[in-house]
Amino acid sequence: MPFIPHTEDEVRDMLATIGVDSIDTLFDEIPPDLLIGELEGVPPALSEMEIARLMRERAARDRGALSFIGAGAYEHHIPAAVWDITTRGEYYSAYTPYQAEASQGTLQTIYEYQSMIASLTGMDVSNASLYDGATALAESALMAVRANRKAKSSRVLLSAGVNPVYEQVANAIAGTQGLEFERLPLDAGKGVTDLDALGDVGEAPVAVVVQQPSFLGSYEPMDALTDWAHEQGAMLIAVVNPVSLAVLRAPGRWGKEGADIVCGEGQPLGVPLSSGGPYFGIMACREKIVRQMPGRIVGRTTDLDGAPGFTLTLQAREQHIRRSKATSNICTNQGLMVTAATIYMALLGHEGLRRVALTSQAQTAALVEMLCGIDGVERAFDGAHFHEATLRFDRPVRPVLDALAERDILGGYDLTDAFPDLGNALLVCATETKLEADLEAYRDALRDVMQ
Amino acid sequence: MGEQLIFERSRAGRRAFAQAPGGEAEAAIPDEFRRDDEPLMPEVSELQVVRHYTRLSQRNFSIDTHFYPLGSCTMKYNPRACNAMALLPGFTARHPLGPVSHGQGFLACMYELQEILKSVTGMKGVSLTPMAGAQGELAGVAMIRAYHLSRGDEERDEIIVPDAAHGTNPATATMCGCTVREIPTDAEGDVDLAALEAAVGPKTAGIMLTNPSTLGVFERRITKIAKIVHDAGGLLYYDGANLNAILGKVRPGDMGFDVIHLNLHKTFSTPHGGGGPGSGAVGVGERLKPFLPVPVVGKGERDGAPYYHWLTEADLPQSIGRLSAFMGNAGVLLRAYVYIRMVGRDGMRRIAEFATLNANYLEARLKEAGFEVAFPSRRASHEFIITVKNEAKALGVNAMDFAKALLDKGFHAPTTYFPLLVPECLLIEPTETETRETLDRFVAALVEIRDEATKDAERVRGAPYTTPVRRLDDVKAARQLDLAWRA
Repeated sequence: MPFIPHTEDEVRDMLATIGVDSIDTLFDEIPPDLLIGELEGVPPALSEMEIARLMRERAARDRGALSFIGAGAYEHHIPAAVWDITTRGEYYSAYTPYQAEASQGTLQTIYEYQSMIASLTGMDVSNASLYDGATALAESALMAVRANRKAKSSRVLLSAGVNPVYEQVANAIAGTQGLEFERLPLDAGKGVTDLDALGDVGEAPVAVVVQQPSFLGSYEPMDALTDWAHEQGAMLIAVVNPVSLAVLRAPGRWGKEGADIVCGEGQPLGVPLSSGGPYFGIMACREKIVRQMPGRIVGRTTDLDGAPGFTLTLQAREQHIRRSKATSNICTNQGLMVTAATIYMALLGHEGLRRVALTSQAQTAALVEMLCGIDGVERAFDGAHFHEATLRFDRPVRPVLDALAERDILGGYDLTDAFPDLGNALLVCATETKLEADLEAYRDALRDVMQ
Repeated sequence: MGEQLIFERSRAGRRAFAQAPGGEAEAAIPDEFRRDDEPLMPEVSELQVVRHYTRLSQRNFSIDTHFYPLGSCTMKYNPRACNAMALLPGFTARHPLGPVSHGQGFLACMYELQEILKSVTGMKGVSLTPMAGAQGELAGVAMIRAYHLSRGDEERDEIIVPDAAHGTNPATATMCGCTVREIPTDAEGDVDLAALEAAVGPKTAGIMLTNPSTLGVFERRITKIAKIVHDAGGLLYYDGANLNAILGKVRPGDMGFDVIHLNLHKTFSTPHGGGGPGSGAVGVGERLKPFLPVPVVGKGERDGAPYYHWLTEADLPQSIGRLSAFMGNAGVLLRAYVYIRMVGRDGMRRIAEFATLNANYLEARLKEAGFEVAFPSRRASHEFIITVKNEAKALGVNAMDFAKALLDKGFHAPTTYFPLLVPECLLIEPTETETRETLDRFVAALVEIRDEATKDAERVRGAPYTTPVRRLDDVKAARQLDLAWRA
């Protein structure tokens, strides 16, 4: 019996202690007509050796491609120490630190994480994380409504380059509570929000969301957008990539007053791509609105002897206390991912993270340069980009990507459906993990396909 | 002794040089966007980082180091193989937006997991995307609401929740724009049927139930409840928190539930990770299939072999939409898949049987030792409740004191003060992976604590003494907020 330690003698003795003659008797309160027989849909058990063989075969089928896809999930070098330590049983198999005295390791780790994220985003406080970047945006929008009581509107305006899937997720989660998400017009020449069109957006919104760098890789005019939002009495929510913040101005210092809430996808900080999860959502805000923030928050305090220690705090916001009046239904954070991210940031330091950001930016610039030397490939925008850039082809993107995939090159993210105004547009990304030979391999394959 | 913060170990100019690109990177960031201050991150060596976080980890209780009978959380052994398999490079390196041609191995696992979960729960469709139990709940209630709206039944916005329910249930209903109607539980721990009958009506969207309930007993009249709710036009939502108790014995689909979320981090043994990641896959009956969150994995054929693909909004136009940027906590799902394949068909049933055996044995031993059980006339499911209200009155030591004193005996505390219905309660879930001798030692520890309280209650009220810190000042933590370290 895998993972069950009982011997036959023990079972007999335990049943005698309970005072029943069989294990089946323990289920005698279940109406007999509901009891089932065989679970035919579940295959028979495999030993560890057998499942390891099966999984290795399957994992091997998914290997070997050279990927230039970003679009919200980024390949970075992950130091071996990150997951070696994160998967220590003491982190891996602990639960939410309700018993603070028995959870100081997890709690201090989260406190260090909160400290780094607050500083990175230029905010006062960070929570202990949410599920992922997309849900962090949905929760930020709901939080803005709670924090901005003066605003009567339920409109949330999105900068033109917000990740389109984030908008879908925000709609699915916050739409049921009456929030309406609308996208600001795109300046198709620059790939950023069209500031000239802001004059006629109508009723003042409750919040404005600015993604920096934009999903298209460009830099939004964040100062102008932040000030514009605040002039209308709206909260400013920033969506950020934490790696980019090593070199880009923190949202806390955007415009005259800075952003009010910052969220984003934490995956680039030491979490593997792993088909999309588990990742973690970053969320940080100004201290004056911290009581409206969802999710776990760790605080430093003292114990009976006056020694410093850490505990979950501001729990009066949460579902297990407030039930139907909670700030969110969220229970867990992504504790294990936060542990990994904390170790990652500690290993890289601000100088290491700056080098990762700048090297990735430079690699993408080099890739764009190479690919634009091919007939039928051009830059979609004139402005600067971070570590992703939008290209335009002289033909439909999908068949080109399919042909590249046959050569085991994943050429980027097809923007045709999400941004039809851009024509045959492709989003490419190269991080610090790529060698010059990788960029050349992409160039050669694309040249071949485009001929 | 406290551990220094990592920031306090920092020295300007120190680095883990092997971990970042070398050379001098060009600063190609336009000035107007560029950062001109240094974010707070420590300047430390690789060894310092490894030692610091290794030592911090040792300041935790965990399943791998301690018995962790936290009720309603199913803290069973997380097999190491599940982690090793999910971290195979082919899986960890796969980009979520990579083409299906380069993901057939991963997708095969996901498709099979969907099919297995259907079989285990008796449901007709499964979506793996919800990233935690609470998000599975959100998906479930959103589907119920979408179903009613699709039929033009716009008035149905009331969700009925028993008073013993997890806090997430009412919080979720509110998040979905519904109102919550709470109904009482009777003295034996079953739902009060008369109250239910009075509560249902043309505004009823559905009911959210956990079965076995959070009181640790099986809801015996579940078929009757299903009939009452269905006859009133509502649907039944199954909170899968306690599925471990009935795996392979009885299925929510057969009990009449229309939608269910599973906590893969409980029932299917994926790690709790210090508070996540979880995974809250949802299963539905025929009526709710069109509303499942996307993406779902579909199975076709190519060159005579199975070929897997994504089902999206185009395939499920009535879907409640997307709940994550990609497809949920894929790595957690892989761990659950490996666990299920290792446990296999017969192992499913044995999980429920031995979890129930351990709980009933522990309950019997504690009863024998003079502790008061909350529902003595009932069979325990995989968990049960004792109340120390007598000890609190006679000795002045409450449930929190017992919980903290257990830490000194080397046991993680059970869940305390939940469910709210039972005063001074400890909700105890031993799980199937614990040995009899561990359970016996736990009984002995509780007896010892009671004995100590008889002699010196003050000492028990001061516990714990052996943990890295003693009881923490929660009031100070909330009043003098210190949520981030500043240099």
